[in-house]
Amino acid sequence: MMRMVVVAAVAAVVAGLSAAPASASDKSIIVQSTTSTANSGLYDYILPIFKKKTGVNVNVVAVGTGQAIKNAQNCDGDVLLVHAKSSEEKFVGEGYGVERFDLMYNDFVFVGPPSDPAGIAGTNDAEAAMKAIADKRALFASRGDDSGTHKKERKLWEAAGVDPSRGSGKWYRETGSGMGATLNVGVGMGAYVMTDRATWISFKNRGDFKIVVEGDKNLFNQYGVILVNQAKCPHVKSRLGQQFVNWLLSAEGQQAIGSYRRSGQQLFFPNAVQQAMEKSG
Amino acid sequence: MHDVALKLSGRIADAASSDAATDAAVLNAAALLPLVVRNLSFRAGGRSLIDALDLEITAPGVTTVMGPNGAGKSLLLRLLHGLIPPSAGEVLWAGMPPDREVQKQQAMVFQKPVLLRRSVADNMDFVMKLAGAPDVERRDSLLQEVGLLPLSAQPARLLSGGEQQRLSLARALATNPQVLLLDEPTASLDPASVMTIERIVKDASGRGIKIIFVTHDLAQAKRIADEVVFLHQGRVAEHAPAADFFERPTSSVACDYLAGRIVL
Amino acid sequence: MQDFAEAFRLAFSLVLSGDADLFEIIWLSLQVSLTALLISCVIGFGLGTVVALSRFPGRGGVIVLFNTLMGLPPVVVGLLVYLALSRAGPLGVLGLLYTPAAMIIAQSILITPIIAALSRQIVEDLFCEYDELFRSLTVPLHTAMAAVLWDARYSLITVALAGFGRAIAEVGAVMIVGGNIDHLTRVMTTAIALETSKGDLSLALALGIVLLAISMTVNALGLSLRSTAGRQAYA
Ligand SMILES: Nc1ncnc2c1ncn2[C@@H]1O[C@H](COP(=O)(O)OP(=O)(O)OP(=O)(O)O)[C@@H](O)[C@H]1O
Ligand SMILES: [Mg+2]
Repeated sequence: MMRMVVVAAVAAVVAGLSAAPASASDKSIIVQSTTSTANSGLYDYILPIFKKKTGVNVNVVAVGTGQAIKNAQNCDGDVLLVHAKSSEEKFVGEGYGVERFDLMYNDFVFVGPPSDPAGIAGTNDAEAAMKAIADKRALFASRGDDSGTHKKERKLWEAAGVDPSRGSGKWYRETGSGMGATLNVGVGMGAYVMTDRATWISFKNRGDFKIVVEGDKNLFNQYGVILVNQAKCPHVKSRLGQQFVNWLLSAEGQQAIGSYRRSGQQLFFPNAVQQAMEKSG
Repeated sequence: MHDVALKLSGRIADAASSDAATDAAVLNAAALLPLVVRNLSFRAGGRSLIDALDLEITAPGVTTVMGPNGAGKSLLLRLLHGLIPPSAGEVLWAGMPPDREVQKQQAMVFQKPVLLRRSVADNMDFVMKLAGAPDVERRDSLLQEVGLLPLSAQPARLLSGGEQQRLSLARALATNPQVLLLDEPTASLDPASVMTIERIVKDASGRGIKIIFVTHDLAQAKRIADEVVFLHQGRVAEHAPAADFFERPTSSVACDYLAGRIVL
Repeated sequence: MQDFAEAFRLAFSLVLSGDADLFEIIWLSLQVSLTALLISCVIGFGLGTVVALSRFPGRGGVIVLFNTLMGLPPVVVGLLVYLALSRAGPLGVLGLLYTPAAMIIAQSILITPIIAALSRQIVEDLFCEYDELFRSLTVPLHTAMAAVLWDARYSLITVALAGFGRAIAEVGAVMIVGGNIDHLTRVMTTAIALETSKGDLSLALALGIVLLAISMTVNALGLSLRSTAGRQAYA
């Protein structure tokens, strides 16, 4: 027994030491990504298709949109895939990205407990729902992490004329963590949460929570993809990165995104082609 | 310094009965005498534990150091061996302070045995390796002498108190010392082991090794001592040939001690 | 607590079915943490021994520093290593970010202070015990060091196990510098974090149980070593 453990340990160390210098293999790129695309299983579905076609390994680092953009600005990624249009445009504007493309969309929804303390269940007006939440001082769990979802949420509060920071720590609870963690917190304390639909559909720890608000056009959630600029980051694998971006935007990539289903539901709606057509048209 | 050593070595070499192998040892042993201690003081915690002590040991053989608990016997041995620096005064072995060169020719058995966390045999091997190659035969014969051969493979720290003391002595002898400093080496031994140790000590002394032996056992001192140093409150209260000391003690503290009265 | 029953069932079925992804993750966890442990032991035992046996000005400060760094939060280590290894950082040219090597570096930094601090204490205590004997025998310093390290080996193995336990269980550092990339830098703890964020609590718990089982095995080994040592009074 002891000998076996020792042998295994030695093997592991040898493997560790020899594997250590070998970084991500040559034919691989790093994508700095928002969490929802990773947590919903989209990458697990589309990346093998891309790999099969091109032999390129796509390594996904899934963090919040804010963090993903920061990491990409540090040149720690080849492609950026996030959902916060204005930040993305700023990223490109400052020269970190080559060009931003619309990739796909889905929408945000509000989920809440069956008791529905703010009385917003079944409505489709996000602003009104948020006003009601603030008025009733109903618990609301926010990402609070500068992610794409968080940025969107703040915009909506602003539009609703509510300053939630006054309720911070009281009814407005900022988790400072990812979508999943925030949903866990929300479900745990019976607080409303604004989440992207993809994460919600693939989320397993829903408890008795249901979608309470959906269908507002203001809840539109656009994802964009950007190749990191070699001019700023000499180490960027431009060719492979471009190949991935092109594929995502191609009919084949778009078709792959659109055909991903979870519990029979489509999570992401590709919209790159239309945009390309609009551009050319 | 060498002149002194050579002159003295001649004297002792005649007296020592020895085979060829121990001849060199005998010469060196003599080289460390006389031991001269001048004005030696050791102060700690605001007390003078060794207090301007003077002592001269010129004769080979066994010097026993006696005195009540706390008299400073163990401290004196450490000072003689150079393990702790004196606050004042000096210790000279044949004119040399107890530096590494002198320490190398001495071995000390501590009142509380210090044993390596290893087997009995490995404890012996460790010190023998320091001097050169470990010699299994010699190791085993030393262990045999102190009655520990059957326990060679035992972890030293599982030995009984007496066995630990015997191992300490065997280990000290394994270093081929010219001077043996023994701090109550028979304190917790059974009568048979006491006799064994005394015989080993006497043999060593007979081979020319100078023995300084701390003991509280009057009968033992009478059996083995050639001379006695009686310590009291950090000073030498009496230093005399053994016969004189036991028959006609001159200091009152020694009288009290020998009579079994409490000495403070 | 339906989750618990479900988690145990899942954990067993995962392990018993020999799930390839699971074993890949476990294997990488072991590779990273054991390699970090090896590096930390070489550095930590070395530092610990040197500080234990030498006296120099500022030594107390070094000991306080070791003890303080023992409590270094993994995320802080992760952040520092990220800043260093990032393409924008001083070591960016090495291209180590988001590789197992980065994770090994982070974990090594995390546990080296633990190993140095604990081994310093152990070595110093044992050295104190041997000190007079060694000086009496005029043992050369390097021999003394080797002897103390050897005689303290059972205690030092316990120290190494403590370091390993911390390395294999931490998530903050490897998450940041490894990126939790599937099939590349995903280890048990980051996988647990991921499954938790997906709300898949039973899968997360199942992975946690596997992690716990590994830690338990390691600790049981440590205990049996120690009790062997105890029986032999080497401890
Ligand atoms: N490092 C030290 N600091 C302070 N006091 C000390 C120190 N070492 C010894 N002493 C004190 O010095 C005195 C002499 O100690 P020592 O060990 O030499 O006595 P001893 O004559 O060997 O006694 P015993 O017969 O009990 O072995 C004691 O009172 C002891 O408490
Ligand atoms: Mg004493």
